[in-house]
Amino acid sequence: MDIIVCIKHVPETAEAEIKIDSSGKAIEKTGLVFDINEWDDYVLEEAVRIKEKFGGTITAITVNTEESNRTLRKCLARGADKAIRLTDAKFEGSDGYAIAKILHSVIKDLPFDLILTGVLASDDGYTVVGSILAELLGISHSTMVKKIEFIESVVRVNRELEGGLEEIVEVKLPVVLTIQTGINEPRYVSIMGIRKAMKKEIKVLSLTDTGLSESEVGEAGSWLIINELFIPPMDKRAEFFLGTPEVIATKIVDLLKSRGLI
Amino acid sequence: MKEIFVLAEHRQGQIRDITFEMLTKGEELAETTDTQLTAILLGKDVKKYAETLSKYAEKVLLIEDIKLENFNSEAYQQTLSQLIIKKKPLLTLIGHTSYGVDLAPGLATKLNLPLATDCIDLKFNGETLLVTRQMYGGKVNVRATIRKSKSYIITVRQSTFTVQKPTMNGEIIEMSSSLSEEISKKRFIKYLLPLSGDIDITTADILVSIGRGIKDVSNKPMVEELAKILGGVLACSRPIVDKGWLSSDRQVGTSGKTVKSKLYFAIGISGAFQHVLGMKNSDLIIAINKDPNAPIFNFANYGVVDDLFKIVPSLKEKIIELKSARSQS
Ligand SMILES: Cc1cc2nc3c(=O)[nH]c(=O)nc-3n(C[C@H](O)[C@H](O)[C@H](O)COP(=O)(O)OP(=O)(O)OC[C@H]3O[C@@H](n4cnc5c(N)ncnc54)[C@H](O)[C@@H]3O)c2cc1C
Repeated sequence: MDIIVCIKHVPETAEAEIKIDSSGKAIEKTGLVFDINEWDDYVLEEAVRIKEKFGGTITAITVNTEESNRTLRKCLARGADKAIRLTDAKFEGSDGYAIAKILHSVIKDLPFDLILTGVLASDDGYTVVGSILAELLGISHSTMVKKIEFIESVVRVNRELEGGLEEIVEVKLPVVLTIQTGINEPRYVSIMGIRKAMKKEIKVLSLTDTGLSESEVGEAGSWLIINELFIPPMDKRAEFFLGTPEVIATKIVDLLKSRGLI
Repeated sequence: MKEIFVLAEHRQGQIRDITFEMLTKGEELAETTDTQLTAILLGKDVKKYAETLSKYAEKVLLIEDIKLENFNSEAYQQTLSQLIIKKKPLLTLIGHTSYGVDLAPGLATKLNLPLATDCIDLKFNGETLLVTRQMYGGKVNVRATIRKSKSYIITVRQSTFTVQKPTMNGEIIEMSSSLSEEISKKRFIKYLLPLSGDIDITTADILVSIGRGIKDVSNKPMVEELAKILGGVLACSRPIVDKGWLSSDRQVGTSGKTVKSKLYFAIGISGAFQHVLGMKNSDLIIAINKDPNAPIFNFANYGVVDDLFKIVPSLKEKIIELKSARSQS
């Protein structure tokens, strides 16, 4: 089974202080720690498990700047055989649609049975790349996948619906599946893996290699043009307890007492 | 007259709330753009819903087909794309739900129409469509312009628009299904009901909920103990279940449970909307998070900006003190 995984190198922002940069259209990236997108961590693990079971190859692809080499190396260390990075200044400003077109331009000429992407990337959260890619390739897709089973020419997947409900759906191969977190337990990189990964090459491609025109990528090729970023207004902000942990704890206990909760 | 389409979402015998939320927003947009609001209802044996929808829309287009019985993005895409090509609506609203996410991107690509997903607001400025959406787990909002088009597709975040009292009495129009081709790529098999464990967090008065901020499973007992001395139950955000630290029946949020407890402690939880939708209606919400800008503080009644590893032990100590003082008196 030849598998392509589309992955993204993203800033970790859950605990970081976020500032809008001077352009007003992006966040200040300096000082932020980047790593593989949370969803793609599960994507990679799922690909490795399928390869371990059925054999074949894994190719990791990303559209991003050179810094994403670190995430691609991680993919190689965890079991990917090849890595491709699509980098070009012209790609800047691409939304999910433009990214999917760029990915498609390369993937259409590669051999594959299965393409895995994350449900979304934690930075811009478009939730579109996998299914657009499938439509461009003229193949089927399924999204928010929490279990994969191969039955001859079809793949049987559990899709996550709302409220803990799931549905089982059968889709024809080749297929693009977007993977939901929790589908597996991603493993850590082994020292051996890191050593092996050092020897593997990351293929770098630019706009000219894609055969796409300038107007098909970046802002010009996007559905969405970002006007501005802003920090959401804190309209119903909590009342804060201040002081030492002991003081704070006393205040919380007083509150709970007054509400009859303890 | 140009139309605004709202795709009705239904499952297991129920119209889902997102449908009415979109119809409410759709009505407002139809007024400002001088268009007609049309609900699109696809399914099998769903005529009974048409009546309800007609109170919220000027028109209900009903298409029934055995192939539309359960949601299937392939069948939905074929049906909707033919409808959109024929009627050229100004806008089509679809829920940003597990169904919408499976449907909208392929549909937009096939029709070569621009799509914006997970929008929390949208408005027309003349012919230009402007949307607001979120990035970075809700820490940043974005205002964007959608590439100019005669027809747009938008997916809308759940629970964003408040449903208004219905005022309309729309016409119900039945159309015959255009699904001639075989639905060959995708097949619905069945639903899998959520696992039900020994604890039901939806009935607990006090929930102590943990998030990724607890860092390691070895820190779980510390918070579990707090829950215990409060007479409450341990709940969590999604990453805790993804990591296997708690079972899925403890998860609060859109893909977990919706709770309405008397007291909800959010400990090391950032407050992504998928989590918040599951707990925001609790009576008293107290959040402990070291990040003063964590979105959770927008929903909590009380907040503590500090290290949970300092606050939780202190809090336990104070509660134990209080209890022992009480038992002595
Ligand atoms: C389709 C879909 C469905 C989803 N459904 C759900 C759902 O049902 N429920 C759900 O919860 N999520 C759901 N999610 C995931 C959601 O988007 C968030 O990723 C998730 O809620 C984040 O969990 P968290 O707040 O625990 O972790 P994070 O966002 O990583 O936040 C951790 C927080 O802990 C704080 N922290 C860290 N260390 C400390 C410390 N020492 N002291 C105090 N604070 C600390 C940080 O400041 C941060 O705010 C869903 C996502 C998708 C795409």
